[in-house]
Amino acid sequence: MSTIVFFVAAIGAIAGAIGVVALRNPFYSVLALVGHLLSLAALFLLLRAEFVAAAQVVVYAGAVMVLYLFVVSYIGGGATQLTPGGAPLRAVAGGAVLALFAELAIAVLGSGLKAIDSDGAPYVSGFGTPAQIGEALLTKFLFPFEVASLLLLVAAVGAVVLARRRAGTTLGDEPEDATRWITPRSLFTGTMAEAVGGPHRAQTQPEPVEELRS
Amino acid sequence: MSTTTWAWLVLLFPLLGTLVNGLGYKQLGRTNGGAGAIGTASIGLAFVCALGALFSLQGHSAEHRELTSSLWDYAVTNGDVDAKLSILVDPLSVYMMLVVTGISTLIHLYSVSYMRGDRGYARYFAYLNFFVFSMLVLVLGGNFLMLIVGWAFVGAASYLLISYWYRRGTATQAGIKAFVINVVGDVGLVLGTFFVLRHSGTLDFLGTFRAVHGGAFAGHHGALVAGCLLILVGAFAKSAQIPLHTWLPDAMEGPTPVSSLIHAATMVTAGVYLIARLHPLFEAAPAAADTAAVIGCVTLLIAGTIAITQTDIKRVIAYSTMSQIGYMIMAVGAGGYVAGLFHLMTHAFFKALLFMAAGSIIGAMAGAQSLDKMSGLRRSMPFTFGCFVVGGLALSGVPPFSGFFSKDEILAFVGHRGGWFVALYVVGYVGAFLTAVYTWRMIFRAFWGEPCAEARELEHGHLAHAEVPTNPANGEQEDTDVGFPGPEHTIAEWALPMKVAMGLLAIGATVAGLVQIPNVDHVITSFLEPTFADSKYVHDEAGNGMVYFGMALGTVLALLGIALAHRIWVAQPGSAAAWRARFKPAYTLFVNKWFFDEAIDLLVVRPFAAFGTFSRRTFERVVVEGTLVDGTTSVVRAGSSAVRAIQTGFLRYYAALLLLGGAGVLLYFLISAS
Amino acid sequence: MSIAWYLVVSALIFCIGAGGVLVRRNPLVILLCLELMLNAANLALIGFSRMHGNSDGQIFALIVMVVAACEVTVGLGLIVAIFRRRLPIDVDELRELQG
Repeated sequence: MSTIVFFVAAIGAIAGAIGVVALRNPFYSVLALVGHLLSLAALFLLLRAEFVAAAQVVVYAGAVMVLYLFVVSYIGGGATQLTPGGAPLRAVAGGAVLALFAELAIAVLGSGLKAIDSDGAPYVSGFGTPAQIGEALLTKFLFPFEVASLLLLVAAVGAVVLARRRAGTTLGDEPEDATRWITPRSLFTGTMAEAVGGPHRAQTQPEPVEELRS
Repeated sequence: MSTTTWAWLVLLFPLLGTLVNGLGYKQLGRTNGGAGAIGTASIGLAFVCALGALFSLQGHSAEHRELTSSLWDYAVTNGDVDAKLSILVDPLSVYMMLVVTGISTLIHLYSVSYMRGDRGYARYFAYLNFFVFSMLVLVLGGNFLMLIVGWAFVGAASYLLISYWYRRGTATQAGIKAFVINVVGDVGLVLGTFFVLRHSGTLDFLGTFRAVHGGAFAGHHGALVAGCLLILVGAFAKSAQIPLHTWLPDAMEGPTPVSSLIHAATMVTAGVYLIARLHPLFEAAPAAADTAAVIGCVTLLIAGTIAITQTDIKRVIAYSTMSQIGYMIMAVGAGGYVAGLFHLMTHAFFKALLFMAAGSIIGAMAGAQSLDKMSGLRRSMPFTFGCFVVGGLALSGVPPFSGFFSKDEILAFVGHRGGWFVALYVVGYVGAFLTAVYTWRMIFRAFWGEPCAEARELEHGHLAHAEVPTNPANGEQEDTDVGFPGPEHTIAEWALPMKVAMGLLAIGATVAGLVQIPNVDHVITSFLEPTFADSKYVHDEAGNGMVYFGMALGTVLALLGIALAHRIWVAQPGSAAAWRARFKPAYTLFVNKWFFDEAIDLLVVRPFAAFGTFSRRTFERVVVEGTLVDGTTSVVRAGSSAVRAIQTGFLRYYAALLLLGGAGVLLYFLISAS
Repeated sequence: MSIAWYLVVSALIFCIGAGGVLVRRNPLVILLCLELMLNAANLALIGFSRMHGNSDGQIFALIVMVVAACEVTVGLGLIVAIFRRRLPIDVDELRELQG
């Protein structure tokens, strides 16, 4: 029974992963990831990690992915193409990925750890329960716990700062064009190609930005 | 005060003179600024101290007249290096000190008037004092190190003074020529020192002589001969002997007092001093000593033949110097050290006198130096004429002037040596005849005959001036600013310092020979005895018969020479051209200075220049620059442009690189773990 | 199923995520693929935790989730800021630093 569940969840996870990579529309990629996360939660349950599975569903699939969906809706992900001239990169990517997978598989399957071939340590009641996790978090892993909360604070502040609008400008007020934000470049900060005089010549300096309205 | 202290003072005063004149040139170089007085006074004081050293030395007993004193140890090791700042005060060095400082004082005095008005007046006296200082280091040096230092400094001072009027292209070229040839000599001297040092184990002179006498070179005779021959190269370069003589005539580009001091009395005698000082080495290597004698003899003949054809008055006197030094080298090469040094002293007197008088004539001729332009100056310049006559008689070897005694002593000694030295003896007398001819040719041409325009002006009491200053060597126009001769010039009759200097030298040229009259007195011999006591020729003296025969022969030849010169240039004025036509090939050879300059150009200068061009064009450009330097840079550039391709800015490329790197590391761990 | 199976699945998902990072141009999708890789790591951690029988791996996985959340926040904030400036949302175009 658990074998069947395992295979179903595994195939779901892998299918979700492939979906993320292959689907054109970012919206669909997000949805594929959600599916992937739910399959992963099932795998966690099979491994007796109840709390983590629940956290995965609630936090990851529930909160983080919703955030993603918001942003994707905002951006309005149009169908983008794969790199037109990216065949060499795709070849390299494919090769590197295959190589990596081969190595990892060899590492896993050829390792000397006997326990890998087993089902794991004997089950102790209370393994993976919230009680055990909580106890560990507050005793053995107190410091990482507190640091994690600090990290969350930092991330929140960062998000606010990034999303802040510049004082005085509102979206849609003026006809914006991308060049507005291209400040004049100071000397010697161009690309190597421009400096050498290759096909990418230095852009002509745009007119200085009009003084910002305060 | 001890003898060596006097000697150190002799070294100190010229050095002080150089520094004061050199550093204070702005203030002292102005008219009546005092550079001349300071320069002359410093050498005068040095002469006084040299006299003090003389009397102090004579106060020691005869065996203890070789005193050394060391101020500083540069590098003294247990093995064989003893490089010290030391001087050796013995009769030979005191003798040379007296000659150098005495003549230098008079020449400084002469220069005070001669160089008046020159914009570089202080520079001149600084250089001249520096030269005297270097020459004194050379003669006082107590080891090979000080000798070489003095040698090199003297060469440098000579260069500075030859190209003193540095804005003249001819002067700077002459200075370079002199310096290069002197450096060739320096190389020989240093290499020779190494050869000697290798087996003697010490740089000190007295120590080396002890080693030679003690048999340090017993099994290394070849090394000693090689060392002495290399030292001879140095001596020949400095003393302008064949084949390293080509710089001396060109050195006449310098001011006349410079020619008088350096290229007559002092620097060119350094080679003679060198051989005399190192006589134990040369006596142990007879091959080298004989080479010196032969070269000296060849030089005196060749220089004499050239001198009878030259038209520049200073060059006649220069070749005369070369010839007389040839006599001295021949003497010290044959072992007649006292004779050679005696001639050194008398030659210093009359040659300096001749140069000074020539300077006076050049002043009268407003800078022109060619004999073709001079004639009939007898009445207008009586004092100069008198000095010229005295100097000429001394040079020709007419008794009782000093040159007679010294030259005949040399020739008597050489003849006494016997064997193949008799050939040198004969050539020496041929040279004496030629000496008389060219000397009196010069005097007759300049002073007899119809007075030239400048002479007529002088008779009216007015000194001729050139409207436009020109370079006498090539006729180029110039001006009188710094680096060129100044606008003023004068003659001896009108300038008291010049008169005093020339007068004292004339007295010296007349009476200096009386100190060493054969069978009457031998002041110089007994004075120099302590230095040459270890020589095997010290008691070699020619027999009376040979001496008297030589004296008679010398007098006769001198008078014959004067008579011949009188006939060609006074009695039958046009006959010189006939003589030239009759001996055309010989004349061509002599007037072209035996083509030595052309030969050296062909054999030495052109190959070196070609080598230099090849090095620059091919080796430097292709190999060093092209392959080594450019090759390295282009490899680096290629490598960096290959690496630069990674810096694309594409995020995904970087990610790919990360992934590849990670896979590589993992692979490594997998492999190393298996 | 032995732990090895879970580890192999984890490796597979990791590699798919890595390939996605290399191949896609939309930064949003790249971030999603990054999430894939993080999740694969989580799976491996949980697997090892089960293998050892203590909960250290699960705590680790929880912290990883926290970090992933923070990273997503900031990353998405960046993308929004880029979008606001009307720059193309394409990592190939966003390859120069300015000013």
